[in-house]
Amino acid sequence: MPILNQPPTRRTALKAAGAALGLAAFGKAISPLWSIPENVSTDEFLQQHYKELTDEDKRKVFERLEAETKELHGASVTISDPKPIPGVRYGYAINLSKCNGNGACMEACNKENNHHRGVDQSYIRVLEMSKGSMDMEEGNTTYDHTVPQDDKYYMPVQCQQCDNPPCVTVCPVEATWKEDDGIVVVDYNWCIGCRYCEAACPYHARRFNWEEPEIPSDEVNPDQGYLSNRIRPQGTMEKCHFCLHRTREGRLPACLEACPTGARMFGDLNDPDSDINWVLKNKRVFVLKEDLGTQPSFFYFFDS
Amino acid sequence: MSSAIAPKLSGAAAHPIRSYPKFLWWGLGQATNGGLLFYLWMFVLTAIALVGANAWAVQVANGMIVTNMTDHVSWGLYIANFTFMVGVAAGGVMMVIPAYLYHDKKMHDVVIIGEMLAIAAIVMCLLFVVADLGRPERFWHLIPGIGRFNWPMSMLTWDVIVLNGYLLLNLHICGYLLYMRFLDRQPNNWWYVPFVWASVFWAISIHTVTAFLYCGLGGRPFWNTALLAPRFLASAFVAGPAFILILFAIIQRVTGEKIDDGPRRLLINIIRVTVVVNLLMVVSEVFTEFYTGGGHTASARYLFLGLHGHNALVPWIWTAMAFNVVSAGLFLSPLVMRYSTVLIVACVLAFIGAWIEKGMGLIVPGFIPSTLHEIVEYTPSLAEWKISAGIWALGLMVLTILLKMSMAVISTSSKPAMPENL
Ligand code: SF4
Ligand code: SF4
Repeated sequence: MPILNQPPTRRTALKAAGAALGLAAFGKAISPLWSIPENVSTDEFLQQHYKELTDEDKRKVFERLEAETKELHGASVTISDPKPIPGVRYGYAINLSKCNGNGACMEACNKENNHHRGVDQSYIRVLEMSKGSMDMEEGNTTYDHTVPQDDKYYMPVQCQQCDNPPCVTVCPVEATWKEDDGIVVVDYNWCIGCRYCEAACPYHARRFNWEEPEIPSDEVNPDQGYLSNRIRPQGTMEKCHFCLHRTREGRLPACLEACPTGARMFGDLNDPDSDINWVLKNKRVFVLKEDLGTQPSFFYFFDS
Repeated sequence: MSSAIAPKLSGAAAHPIRSYPKFLWWGLGQATNGGLLFYLWMFVLTAIALVGANAWAVQVANGMIVTNMTDHVSWGLYIANFTFMVGVAAGGVMMVIPAYLYHDKKMHDVVIIGEMLAIAAIVMCLLFVVADLGRPERFWHLIPGIGRFNWPMSMLTWDVIVLNGYLLLNLHICGYLLYMRFLDRQPNNWWYVPFVWASVFWAISIHTVTAFLYCGLGGRPFWNTALLAPRFLASAFVAGPAFILILFAIIQRVTGEKIDDGPRRLLINIIRVTVVVNLLMVVSEVFTEFYTGGGHTASARYLFLGLHGHNALVPWIWTAMAFNVVSAGLFLSPLVMRYSTVLIVACVLAFIGAWIEKGMGLIVPGFIPSTLHEIVEYTPSLAEWKISAGIWALGLMVLTILLKMSMAVISTSSKPAMPENL
């Protein structure tokens, strides 16, 4: 190429050698990437957003995920996709006079939702608060003394299923959204792992899968929902979903069932006879950080 | 540029479109010619970039667990660097405004340096974002049309648009002007003047949108301030020009070509204004944080004084403050105009000061204490440092190559870098 004005001199030869060497070194440097095709199949890579999947697509996806769970975790599971019940809108309330900080809810959450066992993960955090203060700065989640302490009260916090959820607003790829029954869900197969929603949530309700989850195969909960408690892939976001694979079938959330003090109330806000509506009508309830305008569906109250 | 051989392409002989790849190839050839020092420089950068590439590959294979980020501090060194580089990119076009708005001819020869800096900085920004993704292979979910783009609600989608748009704008402007010069032709105003104007507004927008990314979050009081975007801009217009001034000194050293005094003086004057504005805004913010007190102050207290015995960031922020104040003093004194060493010291201090303040000093304290007021501290892991250093090295390589390409074109052409008939 005379136009380039670079006759094949020693310099060009050296450059070519340098470039070749650089490329080879680059190939070597990124070689850890070659292990990825094993973790990410083409089907998974090309999978569309949940809302774009037809029933047939979903069937295939669920089958694939079930097979993967069998292979990776040695457990046979069924993945279902319960839909919101028309006309139902869920609410949750906690009686702070009853909660004694025993942590049974966290444990139940960990088991029910197939959390990674290494880190005692749970969607719930129970703050130990000083009596006489609503200031969370005085709260503490890492206590290991016996509970309850006399001068303390206990405040469980989990996803508040906000009506105006900042986590949904900020997600760049619509990987998280609010369903008709008020539950905010995540498509774990669409999330790109930017963690913007985690930064946006004012209630520290979101968890990121920093690690590949590990669960002993006999402890895997086989009753799984695609948008809820199936084992989440590494590098994606997850959160409390009001146990939608249970509640949409008329059962109660696992944390409520596990609570030994009866501090938890759950139900349909649209049903005048539900427990939750009884609480809203008869107790003076409040929500956390009301000033932020997130409009939680999660309420707190004290007896008396 | 002793090795620069005048291009044989000229005037009517060359096809304006078909010759473009040849122009790029020629430029690349020129850009990879140099002395021993140049090859040493590129070798060191390549080595660092390779270390970074390797660390990134390990991160993708093993997951984000190799970083020290947690659910409490979910953004760290990557996003800190990203935020800072957006500022450098925006500050890079600071010379475009005087060059075109005031028809300052002397600026025309150097304005391209600023745009090259902007290109390299945006490339780094995009790489830092990719490094921060938990599932980088799903990046296509972000592409409008085939993915699901949460526009206009998510500020992150806005950022993706403005950053890529800015990259394209600058690539077009620099590429077109240099190519025309390479062909020894007069550039057609229609083909670039509108883009130059767009790039000026765009520069402001990239940094504003990046600030909105943080200040739009009601749950994070440390970020949730209306002053964030103006503060970003002010510090960007310190850091960008400071870096260009350092580049001037290096170019002058390496090529022996004297860069006109006018642009340098103008950049110093720009910094003199923005440095004061920036300090003023920092003071206002620190005042409102500390004078009122209350729960909203927790992050600022953590950053400046430490909170409940946790004080990992305290030495950093005070270093940044000291650097900022000293560099402001130097910039405001007449010494910077007289002694180039003083100028370089002032620029380096300003640049590092802004890097700490806009990076670790802004992103990390936003997460500490967490929204439930737990204090979990964060120090970047070795992997994070390696990847970040690798991206910096790659950015400097891109910048070196771009600058060498443009200087090769300029030194083989008889025309000034910018047309004079604006
Ligand atoms: S509590 Fe947090 S995660 Fe749950 S809906 Fe509200 S903002 Fe989203
Ligand atoms: S981490 Fe996932 S769900 Fe959260 S904002 Fe990013 S893409 Fe959306």
